[in-house]
Parts: sequence; C-alpha cells; structure tokens
Amino acid sequence: MDVIFPYMPLEFYTRVNYYACLHASRSHTSHPQPVTGVPLPHNRKNDVALNIGLLRALRSLLPPESVLVDAEDMRPFECDGLAVYRQLPMVVVLPETIEQVQCIMRLCHAQQVPVVARGAGTGLSGGALPLADGVLLSLAKFKRILSIDPHNAMATVQPGVRNLAISEAAATYGMYYAPDPSSQIACTIGGNVAENSGGVHCLKYGLTVHNILMLKVVTMEGDLLTIGAETLDSPGYDLLALMTGSEGMLGIIVEVTVKLLAKPERAQVVLAAFDDVVKAGEAVGAIISAGIIPAGLEMMDNLAIQAAEDFVHAGYPRDAEAILLCELDGTHAEVSEYIATVRKILTGSGATEVRTAVDEAERQLFWKGRKSAFPAVGRISPDYYCMDGTIPRRQLPHVLRRISEMSAEYGLAVANVFHAGDGNLHPLILFDANKPGELERTEEYGRRILQLCVEVGGTITGEHGVGIEKIDQMCLQFNNTELAQFHAVKAAFDPSGLLNPGKAVPTLPRCAEFGAMHVHHGKLSHPELERF
Amino acid sequence: MDEQDISLALQQQVLDAFQNKTPLAITGGGSKSFLGRTAVHAQPIDISKHRGIVEYDPCELVLTARSGTPLQEIEAALAEAGQMLAFEPPHFGDSATLGGTIACALSGPRRPYSGSARDFVLGCQMLNGRGEILRFGGQVMKNVAGYDVSRLMVGTYGTLGILLETSLKVLPRPAASITVASECSAAEAIASMSGLLGKPYPVDGACYHGDRCYVRISGSAQAVKEARTRIAGDVVADAEKFWHALREHELPFFRHPSLSGKARLYRIMVKPATPPLSIEGSWLLDWGGAQRWLRSDEDIATLRRRVELAGGHVTVFRGGDRDEEIFQPLSGPLLTIHQRLKASFDPKNIFNRGRLYADL
Repeated sequence: MDVIFPYMPLEFYTRVNYYACLHASRSHTSHPQPVTGVPLPHNRKNDVALNIGLLRALRSLLPPESVLVDAEDMRPFECDGLAVYRQLPMVVVLPETIEQVQCIMRLCHAQQVPVVARGAGTGLSGGALPLADGVLLSLAKFKRILSIDPHNAMATVQPGVRNLAISEAAATYGMYYAPDPSSQIACTIGGNVAENSGGVHCLKYGLTVHNILMLKVVTMEGDLLTIGAETLDSPGYDLLALMTGSEGMLGIIVEVTVKLLAKPERAQVVLAAFDDVVKAGEAVGAIISAGIIPAGLEMMDNLAIQAAEDFVHAGYPRDAEAILLCELDGTHAEVSEYIATVRKILTGSGATEVRTAVDEAERQLFWKGRKSAFPAVGRISPDYYCMDGTIPRRQLPHVLRRISEMSAEYGLAVANVFHAGDGNLHPLILFDANKPGELERTEEYGRRILQLCVEVGGTITGEHGVGIEKIDQMCLQFNNTELAQFHAVKAAFDPSGLLNPGKAVPTLPRCAEFGAMHVHHGKLSHPELERF
Repeated sequence: MDEQDISLALQQQVLDAFQNKTPLAITGGGSKSFLGRTAVHAQPIDISKHRGIVEYDPCELVLTARSGTPLQEIEAALAEAGQMLAFEPPHFGDSATLGGTIACALSGPRRPYSGSARDFVLGCQMLNGRGEILRFGGQVMKNVAGYDVSRLMVGTYGTLGILLETSLKVLPRPAASITVASECSAAEAIASMSGLLGKPYPVDGACYHGDRCYVRISGSAQAVKEARTRIAGDVVADAEKFWHALREHELPFFRHPSLSGKARLYRIMVKPATPPLSIEGSWLLDWGGAQRWLRSDEDIATLRRRVELAGGHVTVFRGGDRDEEIFQPLSGPLLTIHQRLKASFDPKNIFNRGRLYADL
C-alpha cells in the first residue's frame, strides 16, 4: 500500500518548531458520549467516511474522553515535529493499559484498519503523521515509571515517560539514562526507541539501541511480546536491535526497560575557535587519534555561531569560521588529564583561541548556545529546513565545500551544526516560504545534500529517521533487493501491512517513479556521466 | 595468506543451493563448531577464504573486514594503531574468524562496561537465502535509514544468511590498566560488583573465581591511579594473562576433567545483583555477576525452571546432548516471529538448519 502525501499549503511549511505539536498529551475535556448511537462528528476537514462499526467498538473499549473524532479535538495530533506534513486521522485513541492496546490492535486487525502510533510528537521526519483512514494510537497516558533498580542499573518505564524524567528519577541513586536528544524535556522513551534517538553524547555512550534492555511490544495481531530481557542478552534473534529505530512499523511499544549509568563525577567543556572549518575538522580527527573519546564533540560554523550568539549570548567568538565544543567527563583526575591533552591538541591544530569553561555556569552556557542553535537560526530566517545526514568524518572538508557551492548555486544560505565526533551533520537551509519558488529550491537543495552524503559513503539520516520526509531518499541508499528484504522483515511482524503504512521504507514502484539514481555504497552507476 | 574477495563464488553456491533446496552448513575457521545445536547434515560452504581487511582508518574508529578474516589479524592491525575491539571477543582457537565471532555474538569480560559484539556492529554485507548480496547499515556511527538488519545478524548462528563483510566501531586501547583482587564470599562479590555499577569509576572487568573477586580498572593513567585508591583489593600480577585465560576458557575451571564426562558447562544469564543461586555445582561469575558459568550434572530442564524463576536464561555451552535445545526455548508468539523472519531471509531454509533451534 502506497500512501501519497500531497504537498501542503505554503503557510504550513517548515517553521520547524519542536513545540508546535507538543501539546498532544494535554487532557481533553470530555464530551460525554453514549456508547451506542454514535453521533457523527462535525467539522471534519477530510471527507473520509468514518468507520462507524469500528468507532462503536472503540467506544465500548475505552472511556469516552479517550476516543476523539472531532476535528477540533484531533488537531493536536495532525502532525509531529515536522509540521509541514499535516493530516487528521479518522480517529484518535488514548488507551491506558496494555490490554486496551491489545484489544484496539485486534479490532483494527480484524477490520483491516491501519494504525499509527504516537508518543510526544517531537519526531522530525513525519513518522507519526496520521492516516486519513487510520487510527492514531497515542501512548500519552502511559506515563508511569514502573521501577528503578540501581543494583541492577536499570529502570522500567511506560513508553509515554519523558526522556529527561528517567534521568531525573534515577538521580536519587547517582545514575542517569544516557541518550539525550535535544528534545529530551518533551520527547518520550517510546518514541526514542522507535526512532533510535541519539543526542550529543552518542560517540561515548551510544544511541538508544545501546541503552535499552527489554521491550514489551503489542503486534498488529494483538499479541504481547517480550523482546530482549532484563539480562544483558536474550535467547534467539536480536529483535531488540531490529525493533529499535523501526519507526512504528513492526509493533506498538508498551513498556521499556532501559540501562542506567553512574553519573560522571565531573564534566568539563573546552571551546576552541578556528579561522577555517577544515582546520576544525582536522582537530576532531587529532583528538580521536590521540586515544580520547570525548563525551561530546560538536562543531558550528560562522552563521550558526552568529545566530546562537545573538540569541543566547553564549560567549562564542563571533569572528570565528568554526568553533568546536569538546566535553570530557569521568573522574576528577581523569578529566584534568584529558583537558590538558585536548587543549594541547587544539592549539596544535591551529585554533585561534582555546577556552575551558571556568565553572559549571559557563559550561552550561557553552552548551546552551549549541542546544539552541536550531531556534536561533529560526530567528534570523523566516523558515529553515533541517537536514540530518551522516558522513565519514574524513569527508567533512569535501562535503562542507560542496554544501557551500550549492548554497551559492541555489541562492540559499545554510548554517551548519555538526555532531563532529560521530559525523552527523545538520545543515540548516534558510529560506522564505512566502517567496515564490524558494520552497521548491530548498527541497531540491536538501535532496542534493542527502545524495552527497550517500555518495561519500554516509547515510541520509543519522538520527531523525526516514518517516515520510526522506522516503524517496531511501531509494538512493538502498537497491530494490534490499528494499524488498526490508518489506519482508516488516511482513514477518505485520503480515497485513497495517502498522504505519507508507513510512520508512518506500515501495519499489515509488522508487521507480522517483527515478532515482541509486548511489549505493558511495558509488554512482555511470560516474562518467554529467549530472545536474 | 592473501586477501581475497570470493563473494561471487559464494553467491553462485547459494544460488545453486536455492535452486536445488540443498541445505548448507556455513563454516569458517571451525573454532566455534562446539557451540549451538548439531545442525541438520548439510553441504559445507566455506567462507574462510573470503578474507582481508577492506577498510580501516583509525581516525574514523571504523574497521571493515571480510568474514573469513582471522580475528588475530584484525586485532593485530588495531593494536598497531593503539585501538581494539572493545567487546573483547573470545577466540576459542587460533583459527577464529570475524564472521564466526559475529554470527555467535561472542563478547568477553569487558562486555557489561563497553558493550557487546552487536553494539559495535555498524553495517554488514550479506548473502541471503535467495543468493542476493545485500548491504545494510554503513560505516558511520549514526545511521537510522532502514531496519537495523546488520545488528539483527549478530548471534543468528548463520541461520539468516552468510555474512560477507562487517563494519565495526573500534575504540582506543586504554592507556593504563590494573586489576585488584580480594578474598570474599560469592554473595559479597555480587554485592560489591553490582555496587560498582553505581560508581563512575573506569571499571572494565569484574569476576568472581576461586573465592576471589577480581576488578579490572582501565583508562587514562590518572584515572586508573585515582580509582585504585577507591577500590579495595591487592594488585594482581600478570593480570592480562588472567583475563585472557578467563575469556578463552583456559582457566582450570573450564578445563575440569568432569566436563569430559557427565558434567556440562552451563552459561546462566541473570540480573547482575541476583544473589547466588543454590544449584549444585561449581560456579564462576563473570560480567560483574551478569554471566555465570556453572559446571554441573544437573539436568537442563530442572535448571531452566530454577533460572527462569530468577528472571534469567540458560545455554548449554559445552557438553550434553547437542540434539536437544541448547538455547532457552522461545515462547510461542516469539518463535512464530523467528520463523517468519527466517523465511523472509531464507525462504527455502537452506542455511544452518537447526543450529540455533530445532524449529528454525
């Protein structure tokens, strides 16, 4: 089943705002509804026939306030963090027990109705975009921390628990949950698992997949599976790895057991300024070659520095072409030793200035600049479009040069924010959706950046996921046999193809239509041909 | 031996097997042949000649090698650049290859602290049961495009396909390392090892063997020096030899004469802080208490029931009847998913039939 999403009206386009759709979990005022004699909802934007039988069955399963059909009630669920794509679902359900989720799934399976799961809706690739003829299953009511076990360094939580809330609860024991996506105050752990979320500390502490132990998952057929175990490994195939990052295509995550780590005794950050981005890139390689794995290693280019400085006054050097933020953590003596080494390497790599945060307040300020880079860029441009490619780090100078050349070609400015340690690049293309043609140019420019990432041996998405946004670019990265294998994997979990259809993996006809040149493993077929 | 790429020859063998529904037994160095179940009698397909490091740039922290590459060759290349495979894989013989290590998901003493074999896999190239060469993941640290098939391949015992190439994240070797040991009971060792999980010390190994609790501390020179003052115990001489012998099952515990008789070596996975299990036999606790080795005559059914009650699972690592289930049996719905997944990669069920589970 291939779902076609039309382009949205311009006024919806990417004022990318993490918080645009965050309030999905607010309590809804209940409209007492009779269980039988379902009233037809009014004010539905889409002319989609409501499945009355299904609605009646849902209302018999759930309290009235947990089944939403009015457009006005469903509005908060119409998009995720990629607000460009909007679609009202047929119905929104908000179950609060695993049994309810199982019943909903059995019902939808029996009636062949597609289901899209949703956490906090902070995803950036449209993975939680509803389907007009589908059920949107919100896990917002699953927000209890079930247990924290410091002796075994683990916590079991419901999927609607916020990422940061886990670390806050574990803090009593001097522990924390390591992955920290920038939306961590709002995003939930269920969504983190679905997207395999990263953050600024991935190089040292890994992604979500490295930091979870066990999942409880409800299949499309309504079976409850335990995947993984409370032990460090589990019998059979590593379905935990497969489930992580599967974008809601394989099952509904209803419980998550995460690993906890001891909080480092000390964390310290060094800021280095460079008059050349290439030198900054080389400094990153030099730090890693010296045998140091920083807790965080971030790069920003001049435009991102300017924007961040205007916004939060982080104390960044405005005239620098690039800055690096290098965070070291560990025990007291360890951090002191690494700071001394890193300072020496940065100076040796041609940094024009090297500053160690004098205290915790300054460390926080240095990070605040980086973490608010996206909204900061949002202030200097009417709109921006955030890309998420990953490249082998040695390709950084080449990729930055190409991005800058294309910037001139398209007449669109770009600010670069980069998880330099692990090669994850976030170019932010600045544009004005109200200027005719800019949106189309921006999209084309973005596509070419992703193509470039694949050409140099990287990937179209490091941490934001494919969702609906990058579905065509999947055709660049994978050939037909690989895509067919992905579809077969999905069918093993969801033979009827009802879970989040149309996302993450394109159909083969869609790729044929996209007419993409497949640039597999960094090699274009027919590299001798000129391409425009 | 020379590097060579024999993927096309391997592909032809698989295509023939697909055509004729011939079961295949994937072999490499043969060092892991004692693991898992006795597979259905099958035609061998040898990957040991498909070898060589394809790409290694220490600065990128990524190494890509063909499956037949000897683990020793990979570790030597990494050591030259001051790096290592941080999951510290056991070799179980000089002929160990990368492919076998990944297929069997083997990790050593550092596993609870750095991660497992699967944690370090970034991408792979594989041959599925239709004879298609597929590439998943990549050579970069972060990649969420498509399902994570490369990590799924880890620990499948060759039942989903033939790994041709694997890309791994590698890490710098710690600048310094010491091991301290102190005499204590098993219960005390479990408490102190699990207590270390809540401390920010650079511990990268903890085990209990012969009435002594061993803790390995590794990191920068200063970090090790500092941690030494905080973790009690006497410094162990020749510690590297000890951890190597533990990893390779060369300690006398693993070579006990009873193992050539009726006794079996069980691998028992529990939550690390689980108190000592009162099951007759000799115990050695590794992975800070999370992976426990038991040498015992106890029959597997009884043992599984006892361990399941503690939330764990059991593998018959050495000895016993290899026609029985060696790994903890899967629940019904989970087994169904496994069978469907197996069919999605290997529709004619040609690869390593029965090696992991009788029904797979």
